[in-house]
Parts: sequence; C-alpha cells; structure tokens
Amino acid sequence: MKMQKTNRKASQFGRILSRLCQNKAAVFGMVILLVLLFCSIFAGVIAPYDYAAQDLASRFQGPSLSHFFGTDNLGRDIFSRVIYGARISLIVGLSSVCLAAFLGIILGALSGYYGNVCDNIIMRAMDILLAIPNLLLAISIAATLGNGIGNLILAIGIGSAPGYARIVRASILSLKDQEFIEATRSVGGNDFQIIFHHILPNCLAPIIVQMTLGVATAILSTASLSFIGLGIAPPTPEWGSMLSAGRQFIRDAWYVVTFPGLAIMITIFGLNMFGDGLRDALDPKLKN
Amino acid sequence: MPRYIFKRLLMMIPVLIGVSFVIFSMLYFTPGNPAVQILGEGASPEAIEELSNEMGLNDPFFIRYFTYLKGIVLHGSLGTSYSTNRAVMTEILSRFPTTLKLAALSIVIATLIGVLCGIVAAVKQYSVFDNVATAVSLIGASMPNFWQGLMMILLFSVYLGWLPASGFDRPVCWIMPALTIGTSTAASIMRMTRSSMLEVIRQDYIRTARAKGQKEKVVVFHHALKNAIIPVLTTIGLSFGHMMGGAVLTESIFGIPGLGNLIVGAIKARDYPLVQGGVLFIAFAFGFVNLFVDILYAYCDPRIKSQYSTHKRRKTKGEVAQAT
Repeated sequence: MKMQKTNRKASQFGRILSRLCQNKAAVFGMVILLVLLFCSIFAGVIAPYDYAAQDLASRFQGPSLSHFFGTDNLGRDIFSRVIYGARISLIVGLSSVCLAAFLGIILGALSGYYGNVCDNIIMRAMDILLAIPNLLLAISIAATLGNGIGNLILAIGIGSAPGYARIVRASILSLKDQEFIEATRSVGGNDFQIIFHHILPNCLAPIIVQMTLGVATAILSTASLSFIGLGIAPPTPEWGSMLSAGRQFIRDAWYVVTFPGLAIMITIFGLNMFGDGLRDALDPKLKN
Repeated sequence: MPRYIFKRLLMMIPVLIGVSFVIFSMLYFTPGNPAVQILGEGASPEAIEELSNEMGLNDPFFIRYFTYLKGIVLHGSLGTSYSTNRAVMTEILSRFPTTLKLAALSIVIATLIGVLCGIVAAVKQYSVFDNVATAVSLIGASMPNFWQGLMMILLFSVYLGWLPASGFDRPVCWIMPALTIGTSTAASIMRMTRSSMLEVIRQDYIRTARAKGQKEKVVVFHHALKNAIIPVLTTIGLSFGHMMGGAVLTESIFGIPGLGNLIVGAIKARDYPLVQGGVLFIAFAFGFVNLFVDILYAYCDPRIKSQYSTHKRRKTKGEVAQAT
C-alpha cells in the first residue's frame, strides 16, 4: 500500500517535471537559477578577489581581463562583489519567502478552516497590512528593526505574509467541505491532521508558485531597501547597496552601476520565467 | 451606486484606524528618542527629559495613541513634524501634488503602451510582434525601477545630454521619471491585457460578431476589449495605488520632492508624526483609488452595475403570471 502511494507520488512528480522540461522558457529560467545557486555556493572559488579587498591604486578601472566588471571607488573588484552578492540575495530571498509562507500558511489555515470570528480577525488584520504598499511596509518595518540580514528577512517576510494568507485561505475554503475531509473527520481525524495532512498538501500548487515568484520580489525588495540605506550595510556586497554606493560615480564609471543592476535583472528574469513555467506545469488549465 | 460608495467609504474607517495602530506601534518600538534627535547628541539629560515630557513621549502607549487619534478625529490634525515644526498635513499636501503628477503621467504612459501592445500581441498570437512584446515585457517586469532610472540618466543625461538628470520643476524633467515608472508598469499591464484578451477572443460571441461581418477593429475594441478590460483595470488601479507611495526609489534617484522621499527622509530623521501621517495618507489614497476602480468597473460592465443597483426592477404582468 505504502509502495503504491510512493509510486503514485513519484509519477505525479514525474508528470510535473516532464511538463516543466517541455517549456523552453522555464528551462531557461531554471538554468539561470542553477548558475546563480552555483555562484552563491562556490563564491569563494569563483571570485578572483576578496570582496572586501581594497586597492586604492587601481580604483575605477574599466572592465578588463584582470577585472571582468572593473573596480569601484575603493579599488574593489566588482565581479567578485557581484558573485558574493548572489549569496546574500539568495539567502535573504529564500529565507524571507520561507518566513512569509510559514506565517501566511498558519494564518490562512486558521482563518479558512475555523471561519467566523477567527476568520474576521485574521483577515481584517491582513487587509490592514495590505492597505500599505508593500515596499513602504517593508521600509517601515526595516526602520523599526534596524539594519542587518536578519532584520531584513523579518521585514520582507512579514510584509509579504498577507499575500500567502489570502491564497491559503481561499484554497482551504474550497477544500474544507469536500467529501474526503468529511471522511477523515468521521474516522476521528482531528483538526491538526485534517489541516496539515489532508488540506494543505492539496493546495500546495498555488503556494509553490507564489513562493517562486515571491523570491524574485524579495530579492527586489532587498535591493530596494539596501539602495535607500535600510537594508544591508557596506562593506557586505549586496547588489542594491552596490548600486546605491556607485550612483554618485555614474558620470565617470558606468560599470559601477551597470553590472550589479544587470545581476538583479537576470536573477529576477530567471525566477519569473521559472515561476511562470512552474505554474503552467502544476496547473495546465491556467496556461493560455 | 451612491449607497455603495458611502458603504465603501465607511468600510475604509476601520482599515485606516488599523493602519494608524500598526504604524504607531512600529514607531513606538523603534529604538532612539526623538527628543535627542531634535536637541542633538550633546543636549543635557534634563533638557531631553523636559522636552520628552512636553512632547508626551513619556506617556504610556495607549494614552499616546488615543491622543494621536483624538487629534485626527476632532481637529483633522496629523500632528506637528519634529524636524520642520510645521503641521504634518501641510508638509504632506505640499508634496502630494508632485507625487500625484508623477503617478498620473506614469500611469498614462503605462496604460497606452501596455494596453495597445497587449491587444496587438493577443490578436496576433504567436507572431513575431507577440514573441518580441512578450520577451520585452518579461525583461521590463524584471528590471528594478531604480536601476532603470540610473541607466536612463547614464544614456540621456550623461552621454546624450538630452534630458536633465534631476529635478521636477520643468516639464522636460518629468520625462525620465515618468518613463522609468511607466515602462516598467506597462510590462505587467501588457501581460494582463494579452492573457485577458486571449481568454475573451476565443469565445463564441466573438466568432458570431466576425460571422456577422463586423470589421476586425469593431470586433476587437467593441466586443473583445470591453469584456476583457476588468482584470486590466484592476492591474492599472493597483499600479496607480502603489505609485502613490511606492515611487520612493524613483523619487530618490531623480531628486523629486514627492511624498515617498518625504517619508523616507522622515524615517531616517525619526520624525514619527510625519511618518505616521504620510503612511496613513498613502493608505487612504490607496483605498480611494481602489474604490474609484470599483466604480469604474460598473461603467465598463453593465452586469456589475446591475449588482450595485439597489432598486429591483418591477416584474411585468407576464412575468408574474409565469412565476405563479
């Protein structure tokens, strides 16, 4: 029985993977993400210089074979800093999305499953958070908590949680009155089992898609917050703070702001392509 | 309809009270004393204590919050800015027209580009235009606003010298910021228009309209677009709402004295009343834009208008007889 269940899960996963691999754009996005992952894991090996090593004698050198992306105002190698920046962006992006999904799933599940007063309290609180533009909410939270990676993850994670809560609530509302839930309840299943073993696995698809696209938004928010000085403080190489530090030298050194921005754009492009492909693979009905 | 609008406006009140509570709580727990900020690091502890008492900073949380709320409800006052000593409302209203102008220009650019490209891409699905437009919109949606702004400054100000890099006092200064926000928003509007049009264009009534010999222009704009516009309007409305407060980075890059810049400056200066007032004002503007979009739905789609209508149609004699 257990083997049958495993086989069924494996075949379902295989079908999704096969649909995903047939989508060229999604594969392209996946390749970008794998390259990014590789860069962030092996940043120490790939980067030719230490990201914080200053060499004032070679400041503002244009792109060349010794410095692929040139050097900044302190003579630091921009290529090395962009490679290390991938690590920071991925850490913040993935962690904040996991935090947002965790909070959103718990709140959405409680709201959708128990309904009535619980639903009203949680969803009105979510409405309040949604009434503040996302970036402004993240800015306010980041200002309260202060600089640092941990605080940045909290700021972006809390700011994005209402979106997940809404998705989970909607999925639970459509599932909780179905017959298989009635059956579980009639054989003595408690609320925890029903929510986490029966309902949530059935509404994973929209959550996974939202998480993939959410990483892109989180990376963009990280860069935005760092750009206005509320994210990761220098000398840690974060793409947004690199852009912010380099903008005053834009007239003399175009490469200081061009390459970190390109890195952000390519990453978000890859995540969006992969997210769209994953959505089509998980729910082919949505595909146009 | 007026009843619906009134109901929606009433529903905004608890949301705004909630927003004020959330922002007030966040700023209450923010480390640092505004009295020190005003008097400077070298001020004596006695002077700081006196000013703190005067400003009510030593009062308990709920007393401070209710004093703040009382000021809004009874006097329409959002407090006084710590840094400029002017009324918060005056500060906000002096910056809001700039933000509104930027948002309006950007949304016009975004709508024109997004809707037109989306329609053509949907009508000519899988054509070269469709593929190029889809790819460009994907790239546009992936490009951070602030980086796009910097690249435009690099190209149009530094290399070509066509446009000024900062300011918002002359119409020529409006072009780059509006294009920066407008083109990135156009990407999402285009994607939504394309997918919404594709859904509608395959419906039977479109085939019927074509079979009746209607011109393609009439089929697309009169029959298809009218039915596909609702999700597009939602995207435009949401984008416009976000532009009211979310254009923080663009305002910062181009040195525009707008609301976003004001709030970020206030956060850095720990000017609590200005931050609270600014966020509350943006939440109100956001809610108001959403309400406006909802009203616009009714004008675009008679089915939605009939849902808002409170007066039920009187049944005809024939209908009554049929029912009985």
